Amino acid sequence: MRITCPFCGERDRREFYYQGAAVALERPVADAGEEAWDAYVHLRDNPAGVTKDLWYHESGCSSWIVVTRNTVTHEILDCTLACDTKSEVSI
Amino acid sequence: MRFTGLRVLKEGLTGNRGWAHHWRDPAPKAEYGIVIIGGGGHGLSTAYYLAREYGLTNIAVLEKGYIGGGNVGRNTTIVRANYFLQGNSEFYSHSLKLWEGLEADLNYNVMHSQRGLINLFHSDGQRDAFARRGNAMINQGDDAVLLDREGVRKHLPYLDFDNTRFPIYGGLLHPRGGTARHDAVAWGYARGADQRGVDIIQNCEVTGIDIENGTVKGVQTTRGAIRAKKVGIVVAGRSGQVAAMAGMRLPIESHVLQAFVTEGLKPAIDHVVSFGMGHFYISQSDKGGLVFGGDLDFYASYAQRGNLPMVEHVMEAGMTLMPMIGKAKVLRSWGGIMDMTPDGSPIIDKTGVDGLYLNCGWCYGGFKAVPASGNCFAHLMATGRFHGAAAGFRLDRFRTGRRLLDEEGTGAQHNLH
Repeated sequence: MRITCPFCGERDRREFYYQGAAVALERPVADAGEEAWDAYVHLRDNPAGVTKDLWYHESGCSSWIVVTRNTVTHEILDCTLACDTKSEVSI
Repeated sequence: MRFTGLRVLKEGLTGNRGWAHHWRDPAPKAEYGIVIIGGGGHGLSTAYYLAREYGLTNIAVLEKGYIGGGNVGRNTTIVRANYFLQGNSEFYSHSLKLWEGLEADLNYNVMHSQRGLINLFHSDGQRDAFARRGNAMINQGDDAVLLDREGVRKHLPYLDFDNTRFPIYGGLLHPRGGTARHDAVAWGYARGADQRGVDIIQNCEVTGIDIENGTVKGVQTTRGAIRAKKVGIVVAGRSGQVAAMAGMRLPIESHVLQAFVTEGLKPAIDHVVSFGMGHFYISQSDKGGLVFGGDLDFYASYAQRGNLPMVEHVMEAGMTLMPMIGKAKVLRSWGGIMDMTPDGSPIIDKTGVDGLYLNCGWCYGGFKAVPASGNCFAHLMATGRFHGAAAGFRLDRFRTGRRLLDEEGTGAQHNLH
């Protein structure tokens, strides 16, 4: 599996740290309540198919990347800087 | 059909023509008392214990593929009870006791082999941690022996004891740990359930769960609608999709875990050896293949196959620990889909829907749990009460933060287990 970093180009998966589902871009406000925080920290859609997750280019340029990926085929469909996609991602 | 030594001898001498199918192939009925979604090890053992312990036999086990084709046929067959935390330790202790009586109970040879499991350590700090874990195991009523370096050498003379990065300081021996033949466990439970009247229905995928006024009424399947008073979801890596049919989101992320087997070799590795620092563990099957595995690939996946970086990592760890295996040829590798929870421990619980029960979150440790998981889930489904050995596996522990079962002590977060 190779991930295309928007800055560094296509790189080996080993250069990246997997943070998990891209829910991290939608952090609830501090007093959002137990259910919102439970959903944010624990509950996942966990789709078999296209998903968006967050990867960190740990051994490269240190950028956070939203990777659109197929969990069944391991196909990488899109890689976008997290700072540019924030408003598009929903929980 | 009962298996006996005499019968095996007779069949062996007469061309093995007298064996019959181990379970029937019934068409699904329109209604059952209980429907179990998922014919893996956990689903089959649930049905078996519902029938055997509670006399409930109007049961269907629905399997979308074939019996033995999922994680129960994709693991590394290790059976152990070496957990530390209260909540986990009594459950795995219960499971190991069921394993020890399983072959007689099922009248089926599951090749349960208590060859001993050794967890290696490589520093004074790790020795302290393993001494503590061993004490917890002994307090639970199970067995543990702390071995020093020479003690390990007597059992495992072939290790690289003076490895520069991970010199071997000793190991924690769990003599009752070992392995079992994974397919036979599925087949044995399937046969045992079938003999008691349970319908095992293969090639039958659940496509919907019928709920009316907060009560489960049945399931929709690729072989028609089936009404049921109670439904149990026991689908491991696919828990997220099946739970979504009931409108639930689960604290589960599905990951791929790879394993490997070499060509058959003469007996060389007598134990299960676990090299935690390299995320590597190995045993030798009765057929001679070295069966080994490592850590998750660490990204959400349903592919049932992994990527090369983890293959390379596992091979490197194996060579670090026991260079003697360097010339063994790897025959096959495969992946299983692990239903990972945030704290790395499972869930056996009711849901917000009456009559709908949930058994999932076995992470990468489901095989050894097969007997107790079914036993405790059957108890919950039959009586509505939590079995004492599985009372800690509650779904709401993540929301409340109470009694999290974080065995590794790394934090209850998805990417940490």
